[in-house]
Amino acid sequence: MSTPADAVVEPGAASRPAVAPAPRGRRFNRAVREAGLGYLLLLPAFLIFAVFIFYPFFRNFYLGFFSTPPFPGQPKNYVGLDQYKDVLTSSEFLDSLKVTVIFAVITVPVGIALGILLAVLAHQKLKGVAIYRAFFSSTVATSIAVASVIFGTLLSPQVGLLQGIQTEPSILQNPDPIINISLPVIRSFIPSVALTAVAVTTIWQNLGLSFILMSAGLQAVPDELQEAAEIDGAGPWRRFWNVTLPLLSPTIFFAFVVGSIFAFQTFGQIDLLTPRGGPLKTTNVLTYYIYDQLQFSKNDGKAAVLAIALFGVTLLLTLIQFQFLERRVSYER
Amino acid sequence: MSVEPIALRGTELSGKAGTEVEAARPGKRGRRVRIFGRYVALSVLAFVVLFPIYITIVNSLLQPSQIAAKSPTFFPTSPQWHTYSDAWTDGHLASYLRNSFIQTGLIVAGQLVTSILAGYAFAFLRFPFKRTLFVVFLATLMVPFEITIITNLQTVSNTLNVYDNLGNTLGTFAALAVPFLATGFGAFLLRQTFLQLPKDLQDAAKLDGYGHLRFLTRVAVPLARPTIAALAVFSFLSAWNQYLWPLLVTRDDQLRTVQIGLKQLRATNIDQVNVTFAGTVLAFIPLVILLLIFQKQLVRGLTAGAVKG
Amino acid sequence: MGRVTIRGVSKRFADVTAVDHLTLEVADEEFLVLLGPSGCGKSTALRMIAGLEEPTEGTIEIGDREVNDVEAKDRDVAMVFQSYALYPHMTVRRNVEFPLKTRRVAADERNRTVQEAAGILGLEDLLDRKPAQLSGGQRQRVALARAIVRRPQAFLMDEPLSNLDAKLRVQTRAELVELRRRLRATIVYVTHDQVEAMTMGDRIAILDHGVLQQVGAPQDVYARPANLFVARFIGNPPMNTVTGDVTRVDGRVGVQIPGSVVELPGALGAAVERRALERVVLGVRPEDLTLADGGPIKATVSVIESLGHERHVICRLEDGQLIIVRQAANVPPPAEESEIGLAADAARLHVFDAESEQRVDA
Repeated sequence: MSTPADAVVEPGAASRPAVAPAPRGRRFNRAVREAGLGYLLLLPAFLIFAVFIFYPFFRNFYLGFFSTPPFPGQPKNYVGLDQYKDVLTSSEFLDSLKVTVIFAVITVPVGIALGILLAVLAHQKLKGVAIYRAFFSSTVATSIAVASVIFGTLLSPQVGLLQGIQTEPSILQNPDPIINISLPVIRSFIPSVALTAVAVTTIWQNLGLSFILMSAGLQAVPDELQEAAEIDGAGPWRRFWNVTLPLLSPTIFFAFVVGSIFAFQTFGQIDLLTPRGGPLKTTNVLTYYIYDQLQFSKNDGKAAVLAIALFGVTLLLTLIQFQFLERRVSYER
Repeated sequence: MSVEPIALRGTELSGKAGTEVEAARPGKRGRRVRIFGRYVALSVLAFVVLFPIYITIVNSLLQPSQIAAKSPTFFPTSPQWHTYSDAWTDGHLASYLRNSFIQTGLIVAGQLVTSILAGYAFAFLRFPFKRTLFVVFLATLMVPFEITIITNLQTVSNTLNVYDNLGNTLGTFAALAVPFLATGFGAFLLRQTFLQLPKDLQDAAKLDGYGHLRFLTRVAVPLARPTIAALAVFSFLSAWNQYLWPLLVTRDDQLRTVQIGLKQLRATNIDQVNVTFAGTVLAFIPLVILLLIFQKQLVRGLTAGAVKG
Repeated sequence: MGRVTIRGVSKRFADVTAVDHLTLEVADEEFLVLLGPSGCGKSTALRMIAGLEEPTEGTIEIGDREVNDVEAKDRDVAMVFQSYALYPHMTVRRNVEFPLKTRRVAADERNRTVQEAAGILGLEDLLDRKPAQLSGGQRQRVALARAIVRRPQAFLMDEPLSNLDAKLRVQTRAELVELRRRLRATIVYVTHDQVEAMTMGDRIAILDHGVLQQVGAPQDVYARPANLFVARFIGNPPMNTVTGDVTRVDGRVGVQIPGSVVELPGALGAAVERRALERVVLGVRPEDLTLADGGPIKATVSVIESLGHERHVICRLEDGQLIIVRQAANVPPPAEESEIGLAADAARLHVFDAESEQRVDA
């Protein structure tokens, strides 16, 4: 379609000698052509969005109304909101939610803290520090599968590194909480050994990204402020705490928000390290639960409800973060 | 403002009239020690970060018996180079990598094109409901993947026949790429970049009789090259790292992407762990090379959101 | 004692020498100005005193103590940065008390000192604002308050007025001079603005490409510049310099410039002869020239710039070189394009060796 896209903005300018304004009809024509071009350019993206994002999004709510029978081939029953209620109050769901939240609570703050540590250390003017920066960012090149296969094999009791230290069960099959607390209420919130191992893998894989992000944030802290603080008598720790950290807070906030969203969508590591939701389902994060229902139980309806729950929780968490955390961020203006 | 001269030095503040300030480090040795300490800290951390990769490379060159032995070997004395060729051919790493490149390439190309077009429309054209449409584009970023997969799976299997027809290469790659050919993030990024181009350029182009197509291809895109490169790197990383969708959509082992392929490799090489490790290294290398070349763009792309807030 | 001494200090970066064997002594309570064009090394020298850069060679003493290996935070100096370097996320009060907090001064002592400093600099009403809410001049005062609060042995200031607009600059200059008188502090002040240097300094040290050109009281540097660089740098409008061959006229030493010969006064001529100089640069300031009909220097009036209180008559020599003459406003101006003669005050002639650019003294 060459005509609209090729539309010369001043039609016939070369041949028209007069400077009189274009007649109304022509101007209207031009506006229509411009609008048409605009819609045309948006069309490809919009089509993709419509088919693969909007339509599924709304259809998902609809799917939640139907329960899938246990045997294939039978039609689905309309159960309305009952399925929503059943699924969302089931202990399976609540456990999965708990696992997801615990996982996020471990990986996000630790990941950010380590990123800051690496970024601050690599920010100094030392000779050859560029090599260290390259090392620290290297895990960006590891994909989910690479990191998971590496750690999975390293932690396996047969061929891993921990053979001398531990026998069966493998760390990744260990459902025990990492800290043994007898109080059942607290105990249910302690991550299992398996979950911790998956968390460590995730943190390691994200280190490169976290490092790059925090380094970029550090660039925004002017060197002069550090110098002024040094002359004012502040030692390295005080300089970090009173000058660097506050000025880094916008970046940290961004990392928290985006990091939490990604943490809630973790899937690959779980599937590769602890298939079927791990020992006693202690690594059954929501995304895995959804996958499990889809792939193995073939329960579309339930999966749909769970997906909505995941969306809701993520949205809620983001809103909470904006409400409460952003207050402590010191923007310059 | 008071008028008397202010007493300085030797006041009660710190009692340092004429006395040495204790915190001064003695001599040049103090400074050297500090700098050395910093290198030590950096090296320790670098070691911790790189250790898994190092061990992987080492293990890929050991014999299975060495790997399974109780005490770990840290340096391969007789490197088993064959593991790499094994992973490449028998392990299908070649196919997996090829598939990943095709899948990722398609997605990156699609996202670049749609984002440039959409960004251009939002930045330079006027049409009704422009603002609403832009908000809609941005809203797509809020919808998490898990909500859409259920329906998308059905859509894809119905139209592209991926499940029934195992040899359906075209269908599989279409299924892998098409849902991701557009991104709200890209449209947003390009719009911002185009908006930052000097207005004079557009005016000059109008006077020169440039149509929109020519302005887009000859002026706007070349000037937006850094952002486009950053977006490309960012899209590349996201697409390459996809796991859940390729897992659900590819059945034929020949068509698996490298993420899923590695899972398969590990399963079929339980007794040949070194081959699995070799496969992992092979999957790791292309990204390392790419990221070494495109470091700057990588940083830009990853921090585009952070800097703009 | 607030003495600052720099001995043989050099700073080299890769292949660039920023500071070259600089030796300076700043006396206690002295206001020393480091003056020079951009890139002359003055800021680098200041940063070395502060401890922010390490000298490649040489020693730095602050208050009779060698501080080469002492960290910046322990050197007992305060620095005012060109961009003020205020902590953007802290209020004015917290900015000013920061140096006291790091030294663990007790809270009430801190408050008292902060209040005092705020009073001196007129910041009492701004204590709870953040830097982003302040004007440039106000920010500068906060930077100053933060510096004086510590009662350091020396103040280091890096072009603190250059970010202010012209009017504010004049006002702040006066305030700084007053402040300095009350503080009785040793101040090392870096600037590229010679007006600041002339009006504020006890002594001026002029640097070019890292090398010290001359150090002395403003009047000395003005009246007796040690070399061509200093001669041209100090003074506005700058000194007229013309290169010429040494000749003899009627037994007296003179300089042949395009179109005329300028006689040198006896002692100066003798000095030129003693050194057997053949080519020299003659220098005379615009205010030391007068338009006189029989004057020895022949020139043509080119442009007349009237500044209200005075007039700059820009003339051209035979070969086109420009000579600027300062004239009072109440004297009738010459006609444009007219040929005139210029007379120079013999006592105010400067002669420089054309090769070495060094001053020739009688």
